[in-house]
Amino acid sequence: MAVQSSFKNMTLCLFAVCIVSSALLAAVYAVTKEPIEVAEHAKTINAIAQVVPEFDGEPVSDTIEVAGKKYPYYAVSKAGQPAGYAVTVSASGYGGALTLMVGVTADRVIYNTTVLSQSETPGLGAKCTEPEFADQFRNWNPAEKVLKVRKDGGDVDAITASTITSRAYSLAVETAVTVYDAIVAENNKGE
Amino acid sequence: MIMGKFQLITKGLIKENPTFVLLLGMCPTLATTTSAINGMSMGLATLFVLVLSNMAISATAPYIPDKVRIPAYIVIIAAFVTILQFIMQAFTPDIYKTLGLFIPLIVVNCIVLGRAEAFANKNSVVDSACDGLGIGLGFTIALTILGLVRELLGSGSAFGHKFISGDGILVFVLAPGAFMALAYLIVLFKKVTAKKGE
Repeated sequence: MAVQSSFKNMTLCLFAVCIVSSALLAAVYAVTKEPIEVAEHAKTINAIAQVVPEFDGEPVSDTIEVAGKKYPYYAVSKAGQPAGYAVTVSASGYGGALTLMVGVTADRVIYNTTVLSQSETPGLGAKCTEPEFADQFRNWNPAEKVLKVRKDGGDVDAITASTITSRAYSLAVETAVTVYDAIVAENNKGE
Repeated sequence: MIMGKFQLITKGLIKENPTFVLLLGMCPTLATTTSAINGMSMGLATLFVLVLSNMAISATAPYIPDKVRIPAYIVIIAAFVTILQFIMQAFTPDIYKTLGLFIPLIVVNCIVLGRAEAFANKNSVVDSACDGLGIGLGFTIALTILGLVRELLGSGSAFGHKFISGDGILVFVLAPGAFMALAYLIVLFKKVTAKKGE
């Protein structure tokens, strides 16, 4: 069948296969690099637009350190006035990290939340992405209502049979409020 | 024995269906078929790699020394999988996100290497492309059916369109349901094909 194997032709052959493959990959990478970046960017902008009130201009990306942990956030403004912040937070759920983007308006009210990534049980914890659960955080004022599930003495209606996920979600939103306070404190200090 | 091109394609659908008859590539089969769309995307991704790698391997096989053929095939397959990954990331980011880990794992999918070893390195480029197309289509159809069954029973929807309010039999969306649904589908497939054979 194929060519007789010798040290020389084996080395040469593998070398050639690798060179051609990497050249091909480099070419495809160069072509798809821009569309990939555009798609990623569109995804972030979409997530931000979902959780904060209407804004103009590009969201400004930044990070802040709170209690030893770094949190990335985006600041948006409308007509020169700060309109709110979209904070990325995560908490550990039932099946791994639950990452949310939480939008807090300039008057410290949660505008909306969206799930960036989750690996909760389908049909149980994964329901946290559905409006039945997630919509209760819309226009939530942390000064009036406690961000804990009812079982723990708070005001969050947990998903049936998914208390751990509900707790993680509430905790993540609560963390976002803490981060928001830190951002505001830092902005005031700077002025 | 020279088979027609058409036969080369159809044998992958029924007689040598990779999922229901050869029982190859079970890992992506069980893991990605939580819905019909996911199963179909995984099948199409594998089809793409299978056709291209079959053609490339068939074209290069006469020049590859026997002792290093497996590493050479794997490099060729891995290159096509990575190309596919870039393309999906750029143009279908949502599907890429759901399939995630299972796209790079196509490299070690035994269907792809199996076809390279069993068919592509002994046959012409065109025949190998037909073989890849047939096996790939067989895999895609099997995964779509399995995904559809699991989606219907588990979430009461088909291709994302919901028929019932609330949930279905949840276990079918989870891993154990994948095994059960696959087992019943294999039984059904065997029964139908056995009748045809008589």
